[in-house]
Amino acid sequence: MSTRLQSGGRLIDRTKQIEFNWNGKRLNGFQGDTLASALLANDQMLMGRSFKYHRPRGVVAAGPEEPNALMGTGEDGRFEPNQRATTTEIYQGLKSHSQNHWPSLEFDVGAINTKLSRFFPAGFYYKTFMAPSFAWKHVFEPIIRKSAGLGKAPTHKDEDSYEYFYAHVDVVVAGGGIAGLQAALTAGQAGATVLLMEQAVDYGGRAITDGVTIGGKPAAAWIKSTLAALKKLPNVQMRTRMMAAGVYDHGYLLGYERLTDHMGPSDGPRQRLWRIRAKRIVTATGAIERPLSFAGNDIPGVMLAGAVRDYIADYGVSVGDRTVVVTNNDDGYRTAIALHEAGLNVPCIIDPRGDLDGELPAKAIALGIRVENKSAIGKVKGGKRVEAVTLCAQAGEGATLEEIKCDAVAMSGGWSPVVHLWSHCGGKLNWDADTAMFRPDPARPPLGADGTGFVIATGTANGHLDAAAALKDGHAAGMTAAKEVGYKPARAAAPLAASEREAAMMPVWSMPQGASYELKSKTFLDYQNDVKVSDVRLAAQEGYESVEHTKRYTTLGMATDQGKLSNINGLAVLADSLNADIPNVGTTTFRPPYHPISLGSIAGDAHNELFKPIRKTPMHQWIDENGGDWEPVADWRRPYCYKQGSESVEDAVTREILNTRENCGLLDASTLGKIIVKGPDAGKFLDMMYTNMMSTLKVGHCRYGLMCSENGFLSDDGVVARLDENTFLCHTTSGGSDRIHAHMEEWLQTEWWDWKVYTANTTEQYAQIAVVGPNARKVLEKLGGMDVSAEALPFMTFKDGELGGIKARPYRISFSGELSYEIAVPASQGQAFWDMCMEAGKEFGIQPYGTECLHVMRAEKGFIMIGDETDGTVIPQDLGLNWAISKKKEDFLGKRGQQRSHMTDPNRWKLVGLKTVDPAKVIPDGAYAVDGTMRENGMHNMIGRVTSTYFSPTLNHSIAMGLVLNGPDRMGEVIDFPTIGGESIKAEICDPVFLDKEGARQNV
Amino acid sequence: MSNAVSAMNGASFKGSVTIKDTGLQGMITLRGDFKSAVVAKALKTATGTAMPETGQILHSAKGSAAWMSPDELLLLVDYTKVDAIIAKLDKALSGEHALVINVSDARAMFEIKGAATRDILAKGSPADMSKEGLPVGVMRRSRLGQLAVAFWMDDEKTAHMVCFRSVGEHVFMWLKNASEKGSLPKYYT
Repeated sequence: MSTRLQSGGRLIDRTKQIEFNWNGKRLNGFQGDTLASALLANDQMLMGRSFKYHRPRGVVAAGPEEPNALMGTGEDGRFEPNQRATTTEIYQGLKSHSQNHWPSLEFDVGAINTKLSRFFPAGFYYKTFMAPSFAWKHVFEPIIRKSAGLGKAPTHKDEDSYEYFYAHVDVVVAGGGIAGLQAALTAGQAGATVLLMEQAVDYGGRAITDGVTIGGKPAAAWIKSTLAALKKLPNVQMRTRMMAAGVYDHGYLLGYERLTDHMGPSDGPRQRLWRIRAKRIVTATGAIERPLSFAGNDIPGVMLAGAVRDYIADYGVSVGDRTVVVTNNDDGYRTAIALHEAGLNVPCIIDPRGDLDGELPAKAIALGIRVENKSAIGKVKGGKRVEAVTLCAQAGEGATLEEIKCDAVAMSGGWSPVVHLWSHCGGKLNWDADTAMFRPDPARPPLGADGTGFVIATGTANGHLDAAAALKDGHAAGMTAAKEVGYKPARAAAPLAASEREAAMMPVWSMPQGASYELKSKTFLDYQNDVKVSDVRLAAQEGYESVEHTKRYTTLGMATDQGKLSNINGLAVLADSLNADIPNVGTTTFRPPYHPISLGSIAGDAHNELFKPIRKTPMHQWIDENGGDWEPVADWRRPYCYKQGSESVEDAVTREILNTRENCGLLDASTLGKIIVKGPDAGKFLDMMYTNMMSTLKVGHCRYGLMCSENGFLSDDGVVARLDENTFLCHTTSGGSDRIHAHMEEWLQTEWWDWKVYTANTTEQYAQIAVVGPNARKVLEKLGGMDVSAEALPFMTFKDGELGGIKARPYRISFSGELSYEIAVPASQGQAFWDMCMEAGKEFGIQPYGTECLHVMRAEKGFIMIGDETDGTVIPQDLGLNWAISKKKEDFLGKRGQQRSHMTDPNRWKLVGLKTVDPAKVIPDGAYAVDGTMRENGMHNMIGRVTSTYFSPTLNHSIAMGLVLNGPDRMGEVIDFPTIGGESIKAEICDPVFLDKEGARQNV
Repeated sequence: MSNAVSAMNGASFKGSVTIKDTGLQGMITLRGDFKSAVVAKALKTATGTAMPETGQILHSAKGSAAWMSPDELLLLVDYTKVDAIIAKLDKALSGEHALVINVSDARAMFEIKGAATRDILAKGSPADMSKEGLPVGVMRRSRLGQLAVAFWMDDEKTAHMVCFRSVGEHVFMWLKNASEKGSLPKYYT
């Protein structure tokens, strides 16, 4: 029986009862309970099933290192799998359930795996399912996936919110135990800005539970006064429920603050991810107790000794009436003493060591507790709960000397400093053989940009298991950190801590020493991934010498707990199997995060409407309210078409095309990039940027230009207007404005830094509205304010003036082949101007049109589109744009590239028009043309591909453009485009300009 | 210009801080040689301020001048006077290699007011938001969430923020979300 004790529990408030739900049962706990302590208080030791064998498992630890007690918490939009019961605080109405079992936790069909365990040794899936080859994918993998795995993935959208917070501090102290508190105080008093974070709900670490005294008083009193002193310092910030998750280069540290996890759904974000720049990081992260390796060490009721006394001291919970303590160190005796003092029975303390001369064993013996030295547990008996242990000699093979009845086993295999944060960014470790632990090597810290160490490990995390040494070390770390960030700490001695003197521990990696194979195959190293001592031995036997390989082969330490309990035990077993020293085997890599953090916290506030910024033109809202059918264009949204009533998208596009060609269309072209280029060298600069000549452009005139990358490939296009002698305005594609502006600046800043040219991206200064179609001029004339006649404003010119009372710059440019004005007005008046055009255009049949109409109209005219006709491998020559490539210019970006042999290859596919034989059949986008011959590999020889393909309502015919081998020389030939359905569409090669080749429509 | 509207048309929100679209704001990009006495004089005429040092924003009754890059300034002036000021600047700088261009409509501007202003900004910008990191008189070009912004503190409780007009709505929604109930980090307050 595990149960709530009559008294005790410093973290719980017995006056506040909390009801929660677990596996459909309504249970009670107290405010301050974790799910684990509350379940134990309700005599629920069985908390889950193991990953591979579905063995019954109970809680092992009391902190974030817990491997077994993983729960699903919350429901629907707040469901989260794999939450540690030991760090999940209960709240009124919490819903939770155990994982990895069917149909129930008590009766689990998957437990058959444990009977079949000899068929699932390390790497079984590499060995067992080799043949037949199809079976892995279709038979074995689906079965294994179904039976393995822990929590289920959420199926609902996360309802909670999350956020980031950025902070810059001198010193971060990770861990609020006594060493961390002292380090924060010392650094804070010296004047440094300090951020102290503690992952648990309260400060003090193990000191209170373990009976440490400081300055002659109980640790709790010192902690209280130190917290008060820290709170008085304006330069010190303290946070609980906040874990230092990872240390990265340049003193970058991730802090994971859990704001409302302990309260359930509440106002504000659930978690906050802190992204901190720290000059120094003090890691006072304590240590994690190691399990001992004996048969049946995973049976519910076998727990870490430290956790057993935590449950008593922190939550007033007894894990069993009779608890056997098994320990290879003096610290384990604290549990026996705590159990005894709580009035519980300790049938025996089993210790493999010979001499027991520390203060704690003496105290235990004086209390009348039976202590067996040179002894070991042979095996634990029980299924879903510990029933007894067999006592044997540590030196032997496990022959039973006596069976001891008990309900729980408290084990301690020694302590491992939490070196994760030290190691994340390259801090090195030394193996300390005396204490059997890896500890930070102060001579090899992770190095910052200035070549000095930026992480300082301290206290227990630095290998000081003794409270006095830990506190002193905390003080020293605070001094060092403060000094290194430029403060002068006052000379002061650290407060003196005291705890019982402890004798040396004895490394025990296998219990008993000569345990048989049978015992070893019931001795678990990694609880969460079900890795046993026998698995690691098998890996060693099969030639796995590297710890990194063994880890992956056996999956040791690869579960969500990342081997917090199993790492050292596992590599000690590997070292023993390889007959090597532990430091020579080494550790696996410590990677962030220290403990799993939620994906929600990583996403931060980038969800729902803030998921991705959308750029909106001044007319966005109007378009949205007037049938605009949005499509993404770079970060903008542009209307694909404007749907009227119940009209289909296709019908809308057809209507818009015909109306624009016959009457008048209105297009929001604001997204086009508009870059100002000014200076005495602006013409020279643009001659380099564009393939054609821009320096000769007359003021007031426009010229279409192409931009290529250095390699000669088409990168962007657009119309350039010369505003005055020294100033040009370059239009770019919608997606290209920022990129081309950066491209220009890069050349100006890195290559032609002495040219007198300034650029400015004025894309968003203007709303640009295209008034297009035979009635376009009439609309603008009705608005009035400036002469827009063919004489005053001929094709490919622009003028500054006013239209309808708004300052406007109409450009006579056309992407549709129609009479067209693109009018730039101030963005703040874009909507007003749009409204005027709609109003004035009413009598002329004006209708807004979207991007698809624009696309079809430009394709009818044979105009290329960056991103359709180009894909990063196309040069202007491929598209028949030789007319836009200056032959007079000495140089331009791309010129050299276009002279390479591959670029001048006559076999490069070239742009042609494609007119389908069946006028109603539209070739699918991206379709390839074949000539009927086959390649050696059995594929068709391809001779071209479609780049743009539409049904043209103007011509009442399907039209396309494509790149075809020797295309321009094959006019009139019919080629085949096979489609996915098997049908082949026949198309005749033709001129890509389908409509008004002379340009009579636009030049009026 | 009675039909001219700013990006969020004067919208405001009151959460842990008050957020307000400050309406139409005259903004001019001035690029040129900061060491040139002609440029400095032209600037003085336009905004009434001296040449700002790296990262600085200077204010006067006529306007403000903020450092954008080693050869670019952002001038803040009365929206209705932009054209006149540009004409003056162009004239004064006619002998210089310089670029003066109206960007008033390319931007949105917000005021963030309240004791928690630094806390709100620190949720979105990786820059140091402490008094030392962002003193009054500095304009920080940084980002807010996923977007480029620039901001400065007018006093301990008030910040102004400039972003591109097309994302003004996103920035407003971002600030609104960051100042929702229950989300105050209380780091700087």
